[in-house]
Amino acid sequence: MKRQMVLRVVGKLFIPYMLLFALYVQFHGDFGPGGGFQAGVIAAAAIILYALIFGLPAARRLAPDPIVEAMVALGVLLFAGVGVAGIVLGGNYLDYFVLDGDPVAGQHRGIFWVEAGVGITVTGVMLKIFYMFAGRGRSLDER
Amino acid sequence: MTLAHLPALVVVVPLLAAPLVVLVRRAAAAWAIATAACAFSFAAAILLSAEVAAHGPMSYHLGNWPPPWGIEYRVDALSAFVLVLVSGIGTASALYAWRSAAAELSRDQLYLYYVMHCLCVAGLLGMTVTGDAFNLFVFMEIASLSSYVLIALGRDRRALLAAYQYLILGTIGATFYVIGVGLLYLATGTLNIADLAERLPQTASTRAVLAALAFITVGVSLKLALFPLHFWLPNAYAYAPSAVTALLAATATKVSVYVLLRFYFGVFGLRLVTETLPMAEILLVLSLIAIVTASLVALWQENLKRLFAYSSVAQIGYITLGVSMASPDGLTAAVVHLFNHGITKGALFLLLGGVALRAGGATMGSVQGLGRRMPLTSLAIVIAGLSLIGVPGTAGFVSKWYLVLGAIEAGRWWLAGFVVATSLIAVAYVWRFVEAAYLSEPGPATPGRGEAPAAMLAPALALAAACVFFGLQTSWTVGSARRAAELLLGGVP
Amino acid sequence: MSAFGHYSYWITVLLMVAGLYIVIARGNLIKKLVGLSIFQTSVYLLYIAPGKLIGGTAPIIADGFRLYTNPLPHVLILTAIVVGVATLALGLAIAVRIREAYGSIEEDEILAADRDSGGGA
Repeated sequence: MKRQMVLRVVGKLFIPYMLLFALYVQFHGDFGPGGGFQAGVIAAAAIILYALIFGLPAARRLAPDPIVEAMVALGVLLFAGVGVAGIVLGGNYLDYFVLDGDPVAGQHRGIFWVEAGVGITVTGVMLKIFYMFAGRGRSLDER
Repeated sequence: MTLAHLPALVVVVPLLAAPLVVLVRRAAAAWAIATAACAFSFAAAILLSAEVAAHGPMSYHLGNWPPPWGIEYRVDALSAFVLVLVSGIGTASALYAWRSAAAELSRDQLYLYYVMHCLCVAGLLGMTVTGDAFNLFVFMEIASLSSYVLIALGRDRRALLAAYQYLILGTIGATFYVIGVGLLYLATGTLNIADLAERLPQTASTRAVLAALAFITVGVSLKLALFPLHFWLPNAYAYAPSAVTALLAATATKVSVYVLLRFYFGVFGLRLVTETLPMAEILLVLSLIAIVTASLVALWQENLKRLFAYSSVAQIGYITLGVSMASPDGLTAAVVHLFNHGITKGALFLLLGGVALRAGGATMGSVQGLGRRMPLTSLAIVIAGLSLIGVPGTAGFVSKWYLVLGAIEAGRWWLAGFVVATSLIAVAYVWRFVEAAYLSEPGPATPGRGEAPAAMLAPALALAAACVFFGLQTSWTVGSARRAAELLLGGVP
Repeated sequence: MSAFGHYSYWITVLLMVAGLYIVIARGNLIKKLVGLSIFQTSVYLLYIAPGKLIGGTAPIIADGFRLYTNPLPHVLILTAIVVGVATLALGLAIAVRIREAYGSIEEDEILAADRDSGGGA
């Protein structure tokens, strides 16, 4: 679909705002509806849209496979790491109260990092699933 | 200080190991991390078991939110016992995978295998330790999804179909379970298992509670492969990689039995389960059919993995038979058989994996004359087979003994006779192996002289030795099971 | 209370039964997964719909609001949706692999292929 002028222009116009919107949803999760799951899916959707218009190889150059796979693992590690930090600082597992001198600020800090971990993992997982399915069909066609 | 955190760490460490393995990718490092994590959980489970025996149940509040609002991890006599089984088999299977998985999988898949192994063990441990009904569902799906992947890694293309069928049935089972939990939540407004037990007697909507009981029973029965919901099991066990078969056969169905026990006796209570609905009678009849039909089907199998898979369905029948008695002896039998059958089947499938590696498949043809070619392996298979039958001096005898005691205590002499008589069918299918291995000449499919690699043989022999050890030294297993049975029967009035 | 008073339950049960029927009755592996997804979706509705109070607002304590919608079912179902997506993705992935190994995604054709190759039960 690379030759479709309309798609290319509209895509280029939309993708930056989609990524921006993902960040908005991610950080607005503190105050209203939003959070890591939704943000991760939106961010992945931006890159998947890019892949649909400019082709899978281009998307793989933008977000290479090793990085995507590392994102899947790093997000989970970040989430679990926040939990372990709770133990290290003298609380229970996933205890946010002890993450800051002020318990409310601690809760805020805890959920911020946990949601960051969720966002990273969800982006990684959605992209990985897309790459796997899209890449698989391609190799079959070429055979 | 650390001891107090063990209820969480026993699950978190294997869960954390999974993303670490993804990051390191190298097969040797992946194996080391996965094995270390499982071994840590095993040590933690043993410590927890000792702690619970000495000081009573432990409760851990995740995020320091007290139950029933927060998620509670609860370790008592029953869950500590199951934790030891799951983490022990997980460790044995991880050690075994060093050579076994390397032989059966392609190199670039190996680290993914260890990721899934860690997730599966973490999920099963989480199911055991959690005190929250919905959290249990999440862990159930973590364990199930990873086991679908593990089964699909089998070399035969039929492994794919087996994994697909298990995925469909397993998801239906888990969804039924979550429907049941949803109905309970609507009726009581709580998800904490202990809190549910307290609030259920006060609820007005008994119809919803009965529906929840039915949904949870069917859902969990699918997971534990209770006859007639066992169709996914034989193919899944037969075509999965050897280390996976041992892991799943020894733990996955057992943890589901644990969930059933928890809900029957820890949430719904005896009165609802046995008096309002005839669950005991239904379980009894299904268990009897499972024992007879699955044992008979096992008799005709040529593939040894399939043979022992059908035997698993029958042995699960003995466990649910104990559950259906709902008496101290019956429940002791169920809980202790859960453990004893776990180590017996674990040993058998690990040993068969060794045969399959050397012969290219574990069929009746490939074990002809095996007694001379792989003497240690055949001897260990026979010992584990004796435990499966329930010969005195092996672990299987202990559980059958309590099952017979429970039947006599309930005044059902015919049931005691039935347990003994059906053990004869097990004698028949184990005899088929003995006949092939010791009384036949080696055939063209028999492997040459030599045992399986030491890294595979050692964990398998350790489990086979455990079958004998726990047959002679019963104080820990029976003591734990007895305490668990008292806890289950005394937990709810 | 009339039989249609709680119409959300009717919709839930309808979806549940329809999904389960598709899983059982269809031989196509992809259609089975579609049915499975519908079945799971009905459970989302089972949890979410009773959590909604007419006139209730988001559970943030503020002046002038007394009626709050229960947020817990939403959180639970967010988790269940993720589980559902993971199941669907894995199911489809296995279906792709089955297609590559057998050249078909019809259950009867696959079983027949296994019978011909001398395997099966």
